[in-house]
Amino acid sequence: MHIVVCIKQVPDSAQIRIHPVTNTIMRQGVPAIINPYDLFSLEEALRLKDRFGGRVTVLTMGPPMAEASLRKAMSFGATDAVLLTDRKFAGSDTLATSYALTSAIRKLHEEEPVDLVFCGKQTIDGDTAQVGPGIATRMNMQQLTYVAKIEDVNLDSREITVQRRSEGGVQVLKSRLPAMITMLEGSNSMRFGTMDDMFRAARTPLKLWNKDTCVDDEAKVGLKGSPTVVSKVFVPKPRAEKAKMIEAEGGASAQAAAAIDMLFTTYPKLANDLVR
Amino acid sequence: MSQAPANPPPAKKAAGGRKFELSEELKAYKGVWVIVEQERGKVHTVSYELLGEARKLADKLGVEVGAVILGAPGPFINEISGEAIAYGADVVYTVLDAALAEYRTEPYSKVMTDVVNTFKPEIVLLGASTLGRDLAGAIATTLLTGLTADCTELDISPENRSLAATRPTFGGTLLCTIQTLAYRPQMATIRPRVMQMPERDGTRTGRVVEVTPNLAEDIFVTKVLDFIPDSDQEEAQLAFADIIVSGGKGLQKAENFKLVWDLAEVLGAEVGASRPCTQAGWVTSDRQVGQTGKTVRPKLYIAAGISGAIQHRVGCENSDVILAINSDPNAPIFDFAHHGIVGDALQILPALTEQFRQRRLVNRKAS
Repeated sequence: MHIVVCIKQVPDSAQIRIHPVTNTIMRQGVPAIINPYDLFSLEEALRLKDRFGGRVTVLTMGPPMAEASLRKAMSFGATDAVLLTDRKFAGSDTLATSYALTSAIRKLHEEEPVDLVFCGKQTIDGDTAQVGPGIATRMNMQQLTYVAKIEDVNLDSREITVQRRSEGGVQVLKSRLPAMITMLEGSNSMRFGTMDDMFRAARTPLKLWNKDTCVDDEAKVGLKGSPTVVSKVFVPKPRAEKAKMIEAEGGASAQAAAAIDMLFTTYPKLANDLVR
Repeated sequence: MSQAPANPPPAKKAAGGRKFELSEELKAYKGVWVIVEQERGKVHTVSYELLGEARKLADKLGVEVGAVILGAPGPFINEISGEAIAYGADVVYTVLDAALAEYRTEPYSKVMTDVVNTFKPEIVLLGASTLGRDLAGAIATTLLTGLTADCTELDISPENRSLAATRPTFGGTLLCTIQTLAYRPQMATIRPRVMQMPERDGTRTGRVVEVTPNLAEDIFVTKVLDFIPDSDQEEAQLAFADIIVSGGKGLQKAENFKLVWDLAEVLGAEVGASRPCTQAGWVTSDRQVGQTGKTVRPKLYIAAGISGAIQHRVGCENSDVILAINSDPNAPIFDFAHHGIVGDALQILPALTEQFRQRRLVNRKAS
């Protein structure tokens, strides 16, 4: 079984700071991590590898520093890793990104047919959830998003049964390989890598691919290949007026009393909801 | 890669691109569409919220609002068509086939691609639900066009009549406005409860266009074996709660979150949380308010120990009244809260709980 897991290196958003004067993002010193949603997909892929044998290839598109995330993924047990990196990819939106990643997956598929592609449900920096469906559509794979559980895989009949989270309930879907899956958060928890995996992750050479390795049409990647244009990036305006501060002498209990009085007098209708 | 590229193009370049002139072929794309999310006869309220928004955009452009309803033929389709018109649609496209009875990516994206290519709308809006995001990502790829996820504001850019879609970026630390200039349709998903529910107008009239796709079920690989409805509707309640008490990492540790639950209990409120709390496992992720959690519009939102990062702000800023408690007088939450208390949430929360409890007792005795 050959499984490709697409991951993304993202800044640990909990630690992003905005420069107070220039309003730009201070990227220096922000730790880079594997997008947390990707780990649920990677773990699921590793479990399938444990069960059926085969290979798990991790794939990422990003700057050279994304190597660290690929090595981390290998330390959990991924077999090998591809870093798709090229200045021409810079500024790719989700459509261009899914094109570039699909090009790389096609090349992997030529080397050894791909049965499953896993992607993260979404990333924590872009939050679009669009690249996985983009890959599935381009690869003509069955698209199984928000999967809470893989119930069954039958390699002989090439059938796969999953539970998919939908609005107000869970769909049980029977589908066929090859398929693209995104796993729901909390569907599993990432293993600790073995010592062997950690050594292997440090030693194994990565496959370094660029646009010439696998991309047929250069016009479909980067800014040129992106239908969307970012016309403005900005810090949201505060409301016209800042919060009215509730001040009272006498500590927390006086402050609480003042707050409740304020709520009841300013919003008399709310009072009925609050003490019904 | 994210929607917002790691290195956003310089403003100069974007400004130049804005003067873009559409080809005659793309100019033929007219109208603002909403894909009405209907599952087992039940319409997701986000679809009506989007019809209200589509109405505003269409009026600016001087075009019609279209609502697309996909599903199996059934008595409820007429009813949903009527509702779509009452909430702002001028024309309803009903796309009915047995293969569309339950949501599946393959038949839905096939049909939607065909319908868009036939009727050529300039804007297509979907709810950012599990259905909307799954479908939008697929059809933006078949249509090879731009898609902006999780928008918090939509407008028409006056200089080129294109959709200006604003969304949080970089994990919710900044906002960015994204446009699809040279491709049609322009697509966007919007999270439930971000847009205001429009007034229902039962006197509105509209046309219904029936589309019969004649799908052959055997060409679709994925089959729905079963649907297991959720037993508890807890999740849904947060988004529609009248009062919400939310806690942030200012509460310092998991045990202290109990203070939030205590106040919520006295007020009959729902409990929310900021992302750091759900990530740390203090509360389950279905209670997260914010860009990656729920968007809420309660009558009263009490934020205790929440700093007010944009990630959180976009999830709660449409509340009628926001009361923020934070020990830092410069916390960003005070930029958008209506009322603030500078103080330690660990002390203020129990004081509020106690005093609300007393007032409730007094109220009960009086009545």
